[in-house]
Amino acid sequence: MDLIADRGRRVTVEELNTTKLLAHATEQARDRNYKRMMIVDCDAHHYEQENFGEILPYMESDVYRQLLNSGRAKSRHTIVPGGVGYQDMGGRVTRYPLRSTEKTEPGRQRDVQLGERWMDAMGVDYSCLFPTGMLNIGLHPQKEIETDICWAYNRWLTEKVLPEAGGRLYSMLSLPFSDPDESLRHVERFGDCKHVTGFMVTTVRSNMAVHDNALMKVYRAIEERGLSLAFHSGPNWGEPVFKSCNRFISVHALGFSFYNILHCTNWVINGMGERFPKLPVMWVEGGLSWIPFLMQRLDHEYMLRPSECPLLKKKPSDYMRDMYYSTQPMEIQDMDALQTTFRMMNAETQLLYASDYPHWDFDLPSTIYDLPFLTEKAKHNILGGTAARLFKLPPRNEEQKANLIKFGNYTAA
Amino acid sequence: MAEQFVGKASEFKDGARQIVRMGKHEVGVFRHEGEYYAYSNYCLHQGGPACEGLTIARVVEKLRDDKTSMGLFFSETDMNFVCPWHGYEYDMKTGECISDRKLKLRRYQVLQKGDDLYVVS
Repeated sequence: MDLIADRGRRVTVEELNTTKLLAHATEQARDRNYKRMMIVDCDAHHYEQENFGEILPYMESDVYRQLLNSGRAKSRHTIVPGGVGYQDMGGRVTRYPLRSTEKTEPGRQRDVQLGERWMDAMGVDYSCLFPTGMLNIGLHPQKEIETDICWAYNRWLTEKVLPEAGGRLYSMLSLPFSDPDESLRHVERFGDCKHVTGFMVTTVRSNMAVHDNALMKVYRAIEERGLSLAFHSGPNWGEPVFKSCNRFISVHALGFSFYNILHCTNWVINGMGERFPKLPVMWVEGGLSWIPFLMQRLDHEYMLRPSECPLLKKKPSDYMRDMYYSTQPMEIQDMDALQTTFRMMNAETQLLYASDYPHWDFDLPSTIYDLPFLTEKAKHNILGGTAARLFKLPPRNEEQKANLIKFGNYTAA
Repeated sequence: MAEQFVGKASEFKDGARQIVRMGKHEVGVFRHEGEYYAYSNYCLHQGGPACEGLTIARVVEKLRDDKTSMGLFFSETDMNFVCPWHGYEYDMKTGECISDRKLKLRRYQVLQKGDDLYVVS
């Protein structure tokens, strides 16, 4: 296949082979002997939009199913709103343009096979599979269609995809958050499915108040089932505040953190930590540098204006330290600042490794493993121990079991 | 001083690239504008195959005298190669990471003996 590069020069590349592309990651896994420690990737992705042919039949509404199926033919219109963006950097990140060339075996879900390839290459034992295009589902103007697509996707994922993965792929299912009643129905319908560890809310939405009274029943239902709630961030160039940005780098750098800052603020200030103390909440894909920023901002204002947040019994940063965060994309630029961030958030117990593979800014396990300031316990916890405990994931060999026991993360899954 | 055979110079077309092994290490060899360049194939970011991605001209932004922008252009002179994992870009002629030129890939000498090309470590 030819990729067009500089001023029309064509660069011939072979078809994509994830195992080959990640050969250096495999070397890292072998050199660091990852097999002895359980590694859980709490944020990996597949391109579910390439499977709408299988997903849409699960829609409940005959009318909407016909509407979307009709439009899908010959790509006459999109199913999930898309945003302007250049994740592949003009083809520089070659796995984007080459994705369709990768061969998989017939008879098994392609996305499971691809997941196994990157997990094996990186030395990852388990991955939490999240969608890609559907991270924009919150921008759909029709909440009925948002709901029905989420329903169809969640049925397809739990009935066709996850069962094929031998337990190595799990998920936190997409909630149609524009409709609290429907979100509750999703929790009740899918909450007990195998390989489901919780539910995910995409934060790419034009209007979302996580503290809205209408949502309390959803949180309560998730908490009662011993499941977790993840807020997954993303960029949105259409957001009014970002319309002044003229480069995707700006929208991307700010967007992920922006939505986490916004919704985490509302979550904390409205005392959600007091209302649902047993609900594990995780903030996904915002990087880490926003966390010490927000802790300091909220603590500062809380000291001056406690009358506006009477449910709080401790500082906002204390509630933030009760929650969980995914590592990627980790800003490894100033090691002292990163170490301070880890200290402020109690990373040893609150931080979970995430690759975000196959997206363009993925992180390998070595981004955690090689940090010079981490204790052995912190490395084990962040790379997989905390996730094993939180999501009740079993070790895959005796050494992993011994290490989970050693660091207090073993659960009889 | 170890030498590793790369290939025949007569078959190494301008703009081409080849990956060779030097013991445990991989080296990317490029031919660009008649010159050979060889660098470590391990990206300084996360260890990706730095030499196996696109070669693409450096992007520059031109300013007018009054400091207004004329927009983005491909350089007519500077060529980069890009790590396919995350997009780290390296200067073809120096191996420097163009985002931070203090970061530099290890460079290897390319030796031509007759029509045979070797990488030297």
